[in-house]
Amino acid sequence: MTRILIPSGALGLGYDQIALDRGVAARPDLIAIDGGSTDSGPSYLGRGLSKYTRAGTKAEWAGLIRARQAAGCPLVIGTAGTCGTDSTVDWLVDITHEILTEEGLTAKIATLKCEQDPAQIARAALTALPGAPDVDPDTIASCTHIVALAGAEQIMAALDTGADIIIAGRTTDTAIIAALPLQRGDHAGAVWHGAKVGECGALCATNPQSGVLLLDTDATGFTVTPLADGARATPHTVSAHMLYENSDPFILHEPGGYLDVTDATYTALDDRSVRVTGAEWHIADAYTVKLEGARIAGYQTVALVTIRDPHYVANAAAWCDDILQKHAAKVTARMGPQDYDCQLRIIGQTATLGALDHSPAPASEVGVLAIVTAADQATAHDIAKLLNPYLLHHPLTRDEEQPTFAFPFSPPEIDKGAAYAFVLHHVMTLRDPMDAFRLEVLA
Amino acid sequence: MIVRDVVTKVRSKNAGPFWLTIDIFCGTPDAFARIRDGLSTDRVATALATDPATIKRFDIAPLHVVKFSLPRPTVQGALDDRDMHGAGWAPLIAELDLN
Repeated sequence: MTRILIPSGALGLGYDQIALDRGVAARPDLIAIDGGSTDSGPSYLGRGLSKYTRAGTKAEWAGLIRARQAAGCPLVIGTAGTCGTDSTVDWLVDITHEILTEEGLTAKIATLKCEQDPAQIARAALTALPGAPDVDPDTIASCTHIVALAGAEQIMAALDTGADIIIAGRTTDTAIIAALPLQRGDHAGAVWHGAKVGECGALCATNPQSGVLLLDTDATGFTVTPLADGARATPHTVSAHMLYENSDPFILHEPGGYLDVTDATYTALDDRSVRVTGAEWHIADAYTVKLEGARIAGYQTVALVTIRDPHYVANAAAWCDDILQKHAAKVTARMGPQDYDCQLRIIGQTATLGALDHSPAPASEVGVLAIVTAADQATAHDIAKLLNPYLLHHPLTRDEEQPTFAFPFSPPEIDKGAAYAFVLHHVMTLRDPMDAFRLEVLA
Repeated sequence: MIVRDVVTKVRSKNAGPFWLTIDIFCGTPDAFARIRDGLSTDRVATALATDPATIKRFDIAPLHVVKFSLPRPTVQGALDDRDMHGAGWAPLIAELDLN
C-alpha cells in the first residue's frame, strides 16, 4: 500500500493549510504536486517562464518543503514552473535553495530535465497524434523550446537517487503520483486511475477549490479522500473527473502504455471517501514520449476602442469590415507591401466565438479589440498606429458628421511582444526511457 | 426547446492544445435520454463548423453525461484563436435546438 498526499491541482493555485497538516499527520509516503499545464497557452513554453509569480510560488513551495520535513517523505513536483523547461527547473531550484537557507533546513535535491534540442528533434522520427498540425523540419527547428513529457519511469529513477526533493521538468500530470506506488507493486490499473483522479487535487470532490487530497493505492484498487472541511468525494464526483479536460473519458495514454477505466466501479466508503477498483493497465509495444514545442508566430500590437452610439453599435460589423479594407490600402500606400495579420474583434457581439456565433443578443455598447501581428514589433506597432484614425473617427457613411469613439488609454496602442504558437502534437519512440532525459543529484 | 432548458450544465475545456472536449451534464436519466436522442452529432458539428466524422461522442448513462471531443476548431493560442481555455464554446452548444 502507498499513501500519496496531493496538496492541490498545481503549485500556484493555493492549498488549505489545515487540510495539508491533516495530510501530514496521516503519514504519507510521498507528497506530489503538479507545477504546470499547457492550458494557459503557448507563451510560457515559448519563453521558458512560469505563469505564477516567484513570490507566490516561493510561499506555497516553502509550505510544502516544511510539510515534507514534518512527514519525513520525498516531495516531488512535475512540470515545474508551468512549462517544465530547463530554465523553469533551474528557477525552482534557485527558489528551493533560498527557502532551505532561510528555514535552516537541508535536503537532497534531484532534478529531471526534459528539454530537447529543436535541431535534433527536427531530424528525429516523430509520429503525429490525432489532431496534430502539419509541421516541417524548419518549423520544428525554429521552436524556442521543446520539451518531452516524462512518465513514471523517469520519476522512479529520480526516486531511486534517494532525493528528498525532486524537481522535474515536463512530466505527464499523473507520472509524479504513479511512480512510487508502481515501484512498490501496487495494482497498475488502480495506480494510474488513482493518479488521474488525483492529479487535479480536490477537483474530483465537492469543494474543489480546497485542493488537498489523500490517495491510497494497494494491490486491488485505490481510495481517494479529500481532506478539507466540507470536501466530500462521492462515486459521482470521482467518476465524473475522468471527463475533465480528457478527450476520451475511459482511455488515458502514458509513455509506457494506456489506462482503460471502462470497467471501473466506484463505491462510497463513508460520506467523504471513495474506493475504486476495476481499471486496467495495458503495456504498449513501444515506449513513446509526447513532445511539446512552441515557436514565435510574430509580434503583436493591440488597441481597444469602445462604442456607445446606438447607430454604430448596431452596425459595428460593417464598420469594422470597412475599416479593415481602408486600413489595408493605407498600410500598402504608406509602408509598402507588408506581411501581417490584422483582426478587429467586436466585444459584445462575436469576440468569443467569431463567425460561429449566429445570435448574439443586442448590447448597449461594444468594444472593438484590434490585434495586429507582424514579423517584428516595430512593424506591428506602425501598422496599429495606422489603424488609429479609423478607430477614432471612421464614419459609417460619407454623409454623417465625423464621429468620435472612446479610447480607454493613451497611447491606444499596446505592444504585446512575441506571440507564440504550439507546434508539436507528436510522439517520439525511445529505446530506454532515460534516453531523452537528464537526471542530476545536486550537491 | 434548447439544450440549456433540459440540462444541469454544459462545460467546454481544452483537452490539450489541439483538442476540445464538451461535457453535457444532464443531471437525471430523463434529461440524459432527451439529450442522447434529441441532440445529433451532426447538429453539434454544424454549430462548430466541423466535419461530424472528426467528432468522438460518448453517451455515458451512469453519469447522465453526453460528451463530445473534437480537434479544436482553432489550435489553442493560434493567431485566430479567440479563447485560450476553450470555455466559450459551451454556450454555443447550450443554445442548440433539440429534436
